[in-house]
Amino acid sequence: MSQTYRLPQGGRIDRSQPLTVRFNGKALQGYRGDTLASILLANGQHLVGRSFKYHRPRGILSHGSDEPSALLSVNWRAERGPGFTDPNNRASVVEAREGLETRSQNHWPSLEFDLGAVNDLLSPIFVAGFYYKTFMWPRKFWDSVYEPVIRAAAGLGKAPEVPDGDRYSNRHAHCDVLVVGAGPAGLAAALAASKDGAARVILADEGREPGGALLHDLGSTIDGKPASDWVAEAVATLDARENVVVLPRTTAFGYYNHNHVVMVERVADHRVDAAAGLPRERLWQVRAGRVILATGSHERPLVFANNDRPGIMLAESVRVFVNRYAVAPGRRIVFATSGASAYTAALDARRAGIDVTLVDLRLEEDCGPELGELRAVGVEVLTGHTVVDATGRKRVTGLVVAPIGRDGRVGARRTLPCDAVGMSGGWTPAVHLFSQSRGKLRFDVELDAFVPGQSVQAETSAGACRGLYDLAAVVADGFRAGGAEQPVEASASRTGFQPARVLPTDADPAKVRAFIDFQNDVTAKDIKLAVREGFESIEHVKRYTTTGMATDQGKTSNMNALGLVAGLLDKEIPAVGTTTFRPPYTPVTFGALIGPSRDALFEPVRKTALHQWAESQGAAFENVALWKRAWYFPKAGEDMHRAVSRECKAVRETVGIFDASTLGKIEVVGPDAAEFMNRIYTNAWTKLEPGRCRYGLMLREDGYVMDDGVVARLAHDRFHVTTTTGGAARVLQHMEDYLQTEWPELDVFLTSITEQWAVIALQGPKAREVIAPFVSDIDLDPAAFPHMAVRTGYICGVPTRLFRVSFTGELGYEINVPADYAESVWKTLWERGQTLGMVPYGTETMHVLRAEKGYIIVGQETDGTVSPDDLGLGGLVSKVKPDFIGKRSLARPDLVGSGRKQLVGLLGKDPAEVLDEGAQIVATPDQPVPMTMIGHVTSSYHSPNCGRSIAMAMLVDGRSRIGETLYVTTPSGFTTATVCEPVFFEPKGERFNA
Amino acid sequence: MLVITCPNCGDRPELEFRCGGEAHIARPQTPAELDDGQWGAFLFTRTNPKGVHAERWIHQHGCGRWFNALRDTVSDRLIATYPMGTPRPDAGAGAAPSSPASPTSQP
Repeated sequence: MSQTYRLPQGGRIDRSQPLTVRFNGKALQGYRGDTLASILLANGQHLVGRSFKYHRPRGILSHGSDEPSALLSVNWRAERGPGFTDPNNRASVVEAREGLETRSQNHWPSLEFDLGAVNDLLSPIFVAGFYYKTFMWPRKFWDSVYEPVIRAAAGLGKAPEVPDGDRYSNRHAHCDVLVVGAGPAGLAAALAASKDGAARVILADEGREPGGALLHDLGSTIDGKPASDWVAEAVATLDARENVVVLPRTTAFGYYNHNHVVMVERVADHRVDAAAGLPRERLWQVRAGRVILATGSHERPLVFANNDRPGIMLAESVRVFVNRYAVAPGRRIVFATSGASAYTAALDARRAGIDVTLVDLRLEEDCGPELGELRAVGVEVLTGHTVVDATGRKRVTGLVVAPIGRDGRVGARRTLPCDAVGMSGGWTPAVHLFSQSRGKLRFDVELDAFVPGQSVQAETSAGACRGLYDLAAVVADGFRAGGAEQPVEASASRTGFQPARVLPTDADPAKVRAFIDFQNDVTAKDIKLAVREGFESIEHVKRYTTTGMATDQGKTSNMNALGLVAGLLDKEIPAVGTTTFRPPYTPVTFGALIGPSRDALFEPVRKTALHQWAESQGAAFENVALWKRAWYFPKAGEDMHRAVSRECKAVRETVGIFDASTLGKIEVVGPDAAEFMNRIYTNAWTKLEPGRCRYGLMLREDGYVMDDGVVARLAHDRFHVTTTTGGAARVLQHMEDYLQTEWPELDVFLTSITEQWAVIALQGPKAREVIAPFVSDIDLDPAAFPHMAVRTGYICGVPTRLFRVSFTGELGYEINVPADYAESVWKTLWERGQTLGMVPYGTETMHVLRAEKGYIIVGQETDGTVSPDDLGLGGLVSKVKPDFIGKRSLARPDLVGSGRKQLVGLLGKDPAEVLDEGAQIVATPDQPVPMTMIGHVTSSYHSPNCGRSIAMAMLVDGRSRIGETLYVTTPSGFTTATVCEPVFFEPKGERFNA
Repeated sequence: MLVITCPNCGDRPELEFRCGGEAHIARPQTPAELDDGQWGAFLFTRTNPKGVHAERWIHQHGCGRWFNALRDTVSDRLIATYPMGTPRPDAGAGAAPSSPASPTSQP
């Protein structure tokens, strides 16, 4: 069986370039220019998948992006190994290429024999809302039983299990006019808009070549030329214009604010010779001065029993397969229609030698001249007939039709044997992008469709997407949209249809399985049930029945569903409304959306000037904001626990060296710097002498702690502010906000200096001994340079801002040096330090040491709802300053008085057990669930210097609970802990004065 | 993605900006004199209009300056941008989306 259904001539395929694709392992022959759908049909393969819910056999419904059923898993580059397969590709739009490996979906064990098809027999119980009605009790089954089983049973393709092996790119573009769609209207619009050579025009079309519906139109003429010649000339003209960019294979899928249109271009999938580095897809973010939408229209299926049998497709799609791909979907085709366009398809099929019959729902007198034209070539046409059923299971074998009497009664059945059906229930303009642009839709009764009404953005719709179906009108409309009024001569088109909802039938409506949404398996019966159960809003019907909610977004089903609901409710369609169109117009790969922002490029990585040194010492790193920070420095054979214990002890016994460069640093400079600081911080700064430091606390206006850090006053008008590592950018923004918007009268400049100054912290009793030989122009004597002082001078000949500060409770210095010199200073100190027992330590040890002293970390002890008093830091809040950010809020009733969580220490019952950070605290476990939680653990470590575990916690009225024993949750239940002051090591706090 | 006209730099994509909420809410000169209700209203109550909204924006990844903007919350049309400290301009004809927004022809 090789291309048995390929017509001997014609089609826009290149018969000199044969190719082979695989479908479920079977080799299928085709030609360059084919889609997967046309190759499958050329080889007589109509059964291509199983449906979502009932596992019914499904075939190919359409020829374009509206395809709901023919979804295949495609391995695009099998030769490159795993990572090149993705599911749910529409066979109707995938260009055939040598080597594609495709598989059908949603069946077991095979496409031909699928055990899941038992669902189809059980369909009477799988009605609309089945899940809501059935899987309610017992509640504990929700997550553990129902969801896994339902998820395993339903669905389409399988998500890939390995990372995508392709690369994707992303680009921005600007243009004066963006034309979406290169059919007759879009080509005309692009020609007109680009004529003067000045306007930059982009023309994007999802197909492999421009032309749209003209590519399968063999009979029409435009300006006396065959349609295909007109297309070729238009494309040649556009290609020759330097101000035009034509993008085939490019789908505009999202229309956002201010004419921001996002498109995806398929770059490599169709290429046999794609180089390994070529991006698979390219995301275009276009900002257009004006957008012309020429997106065409979608054909509606007819709704009758078993209308989903493989071999039943849209009438225009039959025409496309015959004319464009030279494929006969069947030998005997019955067309069923309620309008004129299907007659053109029937004529073209007849001309290709296919045996054709046509069934028209319209009465004889309602039909136009098309009726006579078709009969004139000898085709049997049954007017005033309905379709009541289709026979066959994996392939349609006949269409069962019956006359409708003048009284509406359905007459005697007659079966028309066939192996394919082309159906047409009329046309729906593709208003998706217009609706995404927030334009208002208007219902046109004559057209039985929503069409663009009021525009909101600089946008125009042209052609079939605004309900024009006559070729001359469409082309003229394109020229108009592009800015040129010009008369167009074209052959007449067969247009017009009678709206068909659910077709009349003589069968029991309760037993008829007539599909409206093919992809989500929603029948007319489901929608009737939803309306009967009281759903009246189309938005509710949609969610209850899932109609229109699949990946095709109901392109073929929405109008049929809407018309049915309106009919049942006896309302006009505008009164029922339409559902909202949302991006993406067609499914988009995550790869295209992400572009290069994955793996190493997922987010920027910040490294300090001392990173390389830490790396060379075998440090483990942790992520802090975007920074990589040295976490601990394990020696051979040490795990994290042992390394941290050793580092913690060494700092308190000798000295440790620590890279604190990531601290946020801001210079606040100007005559009003002190006044600015007074307003930003809770502390008073006016009396701080130059050369002194102070621990500063910053609130938000609502009174909660925002950030903290040591601030040094370098001169009367110059402060060197430090912030938390993660808060650096936020604090600078906060300061800038107030400076620019509330206090523009203050003469102050703010400068981020985080990257300029590297910070080497030396902490421990021998810290002074390490640095003494290298410091010049600074008197290190404790009397001259006490704790919380700052000096400027030199270290190793490098300018330094030398802080005497301590985040460990030990004698300590934070040596600020220009980042370029940090490594050389560090190495010099390291060389000397080693003779004195110095160790490098990381952030974990820093955390343990500060917890031993009860020093807080903003973001760990605080969560954005913690006041200074909650932390026991009320003393840092100035009582004399009339105002500062957050001051008024500290007097709010909810911030004063009892009942607030306060910072305390916790000592667990078992000194070896480290409590969980985040664990909840209760007074007693002897209470019903949910228990009253009175606090939570914020920091918890093993403290080598205390020889036991320690923890900090926020506890309701904690300071009045010192000494109490409370219960703390553990993964297995509860343990007990005693409340204590949040200082575990050297409560007197004198060591830093050494 | 909006196109926002920075008063200093001109038309730039929204990615470069950060919104700072409703504009023209001056911080009280003497917060201590406000009762809890008044202070709470200053902190938390916003007009949240359907239609023209005056709001603060900062050109974070550009000039770094704050400014004010009038935006129609229904259509997302940017009607005007103006420097901090200047009064709210008359929204005028811009309030109704009668003419389509053109990102290249904003004031």
